[in-house]
Amino acid sequence: MGRILAFIPLAIAAIFGGFFLWGLNPDRDPNNIPSVLISQPAPEFDLAAVDGLETPGLSRADLVGNPRPVIVNVFASWCVPCRAEHGVLTQMVEKDGLTLFGINYKDKPEDATKWLAELGNPYERIGSDLSGRVGIEWGLSGVPETFIVGSDGTVLFRYVGPVVGETAISTFREALIQAGALARGQNG
Amino acid sequence: MTPEIGHFALALALAMALVQSVLPILGAGRGNILWMQSARWSSFGQVFFVGIAFLALMQAFVTSDFTVKNVVENSNSLKPMLFKVAGTWGSHEGSLLLWTLILTVFGAAVALFGSNIPLSLKARTLSVQAWISVGFLTFMLLTSNPFDRVFPPPDDGQDLNPLLQDVGLAMHPPLLYFGYVGFSIVFSFAVAALIEGRVDAAWARWVRPWTLAAWMSLTAGIALGSWWAYYELGWGGWWFWDPVENVSFMPWLMGTALLHSAIVTEKRDAFKSWTILLAILTFSLSLLGTFIVRSGLLTSVHAFAVDPERGLYILGLLAVSIGGSLALFAWRAPTMEPGGLFKPISREAGLLVNNLLLATATGIVLFGTLYPLFYEAATGGEKLSVGPPFFNASFIPVMLPLVFAMGLGPYLSWKRADLAGVLQRLRFVVVLAVLATLVTWYLAEGGPVLGYLSLMLAFWLFFSTLREWAMRIKLFEAPFPESVRRARNLPRSSHGMTLAHAGLAMAMFGFIGSTVWKSEEIIFVRPGTEVSIGGFDVTFEGAERVRGPNYFADRGTLRVAREGNYVTDLFPERRTYPVAQTTTTESAIRSTMAGDLYASIANPAAEDESTQGAWTLRILYEPLVNFIWIGSAMLVLGGGLSLSDRRLRVGAPRRKAKAPAALPAE
Repeated sequence: MGRILAFIPLAIAAIFGGFFLWGLNPDRDPNNIPSVLISQPAPEFDLAAVDGLETPGLSRADLVGNPRPVIVNVFASWCVPCRAEHGVLTQMVEKDGLTLFGINYKDKPEDATKWLAELGNPYERIGSDLSGRVGIEWGLSGVPETFIVGSDGTVLFRYVGPVVGETAISTFREALIQAGALARGQNG
Repeated sequence: MTPEIGHFALALALAMALVQSVLPILGAGRGNILWMQSARWSSFGQVFFVGIAFLALMQAFVTSDFTVKNVVENSNSLKPMLFKVAGTWGSHEGSLLLWTLILTVFGAAVALFGSNIPLSLKARTLSVQAWISVGFLTFMLLTSNPFDRVFPPPDDGQDLNPLLQDVGLAMHPPLLYFGYVGFSIVFSFAVAALIEGRVDAAWARWVRPWTLAAWMSLTAGIALGSWWAYYELGWGGWWFWDPVENVSFMPWLMGTALLHSAIVTEKRDAFKSWTILLAILTFSLSLLGTFIVRSGLLTSVHAFAVDPERGLYILGLLAVSIGGSLALFAWRAPTMEPGGLFKPISREAGLLVNNLLLATATGIVLFGTLYPLFYEAATGGEKLSVGPPFFNASFIPVMLPLVFAMGLGPYLSWKRADLAGVLQRLRFVVVLAVLATLVTWYLAEGGPVLGYLSLMLAFWLFFSTLREWAMRIKLFEAPFPESVRRARNLPRSSHGMTLAHAGLAMAMFGFIGSTVWKSEEIIFVRPGTEVSIGGFDVTFEGAERVRGPNYFADRGTLRVAREGNYVTDLFPERRTYPVAQTTTTESAIRSTMAGDLYASIANPAAEDESTQGAWTLRILYEPLVNFIWIGSAMLVLGGGLSLSDRRLRVGAPRRKAKAPAALPAE
């Protein structure tokens, strides 16, 4: 009995070793979260509306067939930079007439509702991604992230982090111009 | 020229290590004293040559020798001198050199101070230590030579990242390495004992000071890392369950178990194979940490540059050292005689519970850290991450019974304890813990039940530790001079235990306070905006642009008052370094024993009507957070006190041998 017990640590170590060997496979990159590559079609998803909010939910079908490319913003009430970014996005909707869709990421519906009530709601549609599942589909590395999606449902641009500050805003506006969502020189 | 000297010194150290890995152990088998004694000089030789290599690399960093690739990639002529020096161990190659240096330092320390250890055990131990040296020196020479040159040399180095220029980041790795490389010598002792086939009370006594020294460094390293993340880096938290934090925490948990199980082996000649296994596992976990950080197996903010070739080499090293030692364990452990018997209620049983709980906790952290890898392998590529919710939900329930047992354990006597008698003595402590918790509940007005349960256990541990100490010196029972005399005669390891256990209770107050009663506000502020948090009224008075030596900053001014009385001003900054194109957050903290008020401001929000002229202010109140650092310091001091116990001091046993009549009764 003692003899068998004494082998257990070795056996466990061997199992761990097997996993490690697998993990060292050079084709494997732990940082490479399955991500929506630029110029690939947006992933399939269908999210219900945020509970208690009148804004409708969001699915992939809503991204297709819009007259101009749309902005898809992933946000959460618990995310500090999202608060700073909110004003920039609101301005883009109000002054530039852009279409903004939201994915409310791992957020309690009541918190999200309160947050939007306080700051205003510039989103045309908001899908509630409570489990974070759709976030994985989009290859999210954090919140906020903002995407520009073309009329055919192709992802044209991805911005990681808040669109706040001169450099970020001008980068993002340039991408909007490239995508054809904004005319050059159009400045709100 | 100097880099070549460094490179050559590494090769010489390897040669020394190769001799040391064969000769002393063969000598021990044949009883050849000269061969066994050769370990002494080859240990000194190794530390000398690796030391030269380390100084050579440091010289290249200090003089900004940009013909050395490692310097080009990790330094810059404009860096302050301190960070040039720290750059020596900032890279993968340099930190590996530091790792090996510490490994050889511990080998040499055993050769120098281990005069009380029998020659054959010492020879075998140093040979095993040399095997590890050989592994790491060849690893360095074959895959990660820190002295590689570049031609043509560039004008300047590449690294100027201001975020990494922090005293904390510079000093944190050496301390941490002292801890987990220190466990290598304990590992070598264990393997040597397995080869020798003898583990007894004396063995446990020789191993204990090394375990204690390594454990103290690791405790200090982890605590300082956490302290710097909290104060200097402004992360607004002290523990994040990041994979790299976890890999330093696992050897700590295992090492803590080892520290306690070695006591049983020393005093009661029991738990022998368990102590050996813990010694092997503690160092194995240190090696595992090295592997995880350097192989790119998991993602982490701390990870070094990824290189699969290096990963494979370390995995090979792991397979040989961990696999080899565990195979040896499987072969030899069953032949070890079980030691003294004990009843279910006894000091031994208490320490067994401590060990099982600590091992379970280690298992949980290990599982949580590696689960993403297992999951990915099992599902064929799906990814997930394991975060604080998992660790908090699984780790804390294991820790709470441990804290309960910690309060009880020191009262139990060896072999067989009288539980009724112990409980009798602890009635007062239980009442005190409950009362203190009730008072907190009354003052704090609410909070989760688990928080109060943890708090009650922390009070329990604190009071029962003090009570046990008071009992030993008969405080208030005997006249005061008598108590002082008793306190003087008490072994220092006993005072050490009291200090360390009370330290853990103190740290727990900090963990609980800053987790359960933490409050946080994130709001838009304009000059004049007022926020109430943690009993303070904070007024934002405005922000201005200020200039620093190589940055400019937006500095906010906050006026803090309590019940209408002015307390202090806080100046959080948001710094921009134009050359490096980096922005950093400099939080402002008002730190007191009661808690920390912690403020940071972010970019001005976008310009529209609702947010015109506004700033994003993040303000936190973390009650009792300073108890964490005080508690950690007590843990380290307790370890130090125990280390200075005369039974562990060098040469003490020999003195005892001369005057056996003077042996104190224990």
